[in-house]
Amino acid sequence: MSGRNTVGSVPAYLDHASTAVLHPTARDALLAALDEGWADPARLYRDARRARMLLDASRETVAAVLGARPDEVSFTSSGTQAAQLALLGTARARRRAGTRILLSAVEHSCVLHAAEWHERAGGQVTTVGVDGFGRVDPAAFAPPPDTAVASLQHANHEVATIQPVAAVADVLHAVGVPLHVDAAMSVGRIPVDVQAIGADLLSASAHKFGGPAGVGILVVRTGRRWANPLPADEREGGRVAGFPNVAGIVATAAALHARAGEIADEAPRLAGYVDRLRARLPHLVPDVEILGDPDPAGRLPHLLTFSCLYVDGESLLGELDRAGIAVSSGSSCTSDTLTPSHVLAAMGALTQGNIRVSVGRESDAADVDALLAVLPDAVARVRERAGVVGL
Amino acid sequence: MTKGESTVWHDAWFTVDARGRRCPLPIIELARRLPELGIGAVLVLWADDPAAAFDVPAWCRMRAQELVSTRELTDGGTAYLVRRLT
Repeated sequence: MSGRNTVGSVPAYLDHASTAVLHPTARDALLAALDEGWADPARLYRDARRARMLLDASRETVAAVLGARPDEVSFTSSGTQAAQLALLGTARARRRAGTRILLSAVEHSCVLHAAEWHERAGGQVTTVGVDGFGRVDPAAFAPPPDTAVASLQHANHEVATIQPVAAVADVLHAVGVPLHVDAAMSVGRIPVDVQAIGADLLSASAHKFGGPAGVGILVVRTGRRWANPLPADEREGGRVAGFPNVAGIVATAAALHARAGEIADEAPRLAGYVDRLRARLPHLVPDVEILGDPDPAGRLPHLLTFSCLYVDGESLLGELDRAGIAVSSGSSCTSDTLTPSHVLAAMGALTQGNIRVSVGRESDAADVDALLAVLPDAVARVRERAGVVGL
Repeated sequence: MTKGESTVWHDAWFTVDARGRRCPLPIIELARRLPELGIGAVLVLWADDPAAAFDVPAWCRMRAQELVSTRELTDGGTAYLVRRLT
């Protein structure tokens, strides 16, 4: 496996859904902007105006890729912060319309945490369940009369299932409830247009698509009621307080622009890797359950999750790590709280021996081959240690 | 609990106590002991691992066995009543 395009020190990096590798275009832009965009963009001298210009150009680029207006786009310090501001800011502005947040059972933990915060502050939360693929039914996403805002991910971060966001938006808009779409998994992976998916607010995260860590994207569509739930200043249109990370934002825009130009060509290659895993794993590993939607149109192209019966997920991660393969897991033994992934639980999926494999622009067939070569023996060893024979 | 469910719990041939054992051990215990039953008979699994709440139903689905009922144990954990179908 040596001599290939390794990521960091990892021979087979198969965890692009946790964080993508910094895009070379973003790296160049970041280094240039550290020199050119260092000054305070709120000031009026030459270097400050240049920082301002870089910030504005980045906003225009991101807005164009997402089908938004530049003044609808703000940059935050993370995707988590963007989701928090989207949800809590809308809940605050619409508190006279209602105090309830409606969300799916399979949202990212950052959305769930924002909803818990809202609940502790006296608000209400209603959770909509999902089917065996982790998908909501738009008809079940009917908001109770006191709903301030609803939140639905564009695609699921653990099982890649694409949600019927536009249909859910129609259900919500018929009764005047705005929708926040957490698009952290989809932006930079598949085309995302805020208008087409019916998003009133959208959040995304730069490091998920090849931008740097420390930059999130918040879109608040024009005319939507929103009030900063935190102390505000004049930065980012009053939506995100504090000195902006100009160089990181420039790199984010560069990454997103580059991704927009390459995902159409890349998607079939990545889908091919995932298809190969989907086809081979059931033959190579006994008692493996492939999770998520088998229909390629219903899921992101770059991610596959499966669970292995009678397997301790933490031990399996250790076996794979020793073989130079980096993946993630939703099994309980791999979490700090010792509870299994809420996504797998909501789907009614097997949670033990869970592995999420995600590929990206640096992945090649050898990464997938490495996993296929190592996994059957790794699973067998973990089962053998647990004394699993003939079950 | 209805009278009918109570009768079924009473029908359990034996109880497998997997409390204190972490995922995936309660499921391995369940898989080991179920074949001791005749077809149609039931056993009780006690487990306090949070993953068991999801993995017992998933295992029953994958192995075409029946999770008849569950109830909380008074001193922690959950009892799963499982019927051997195949």
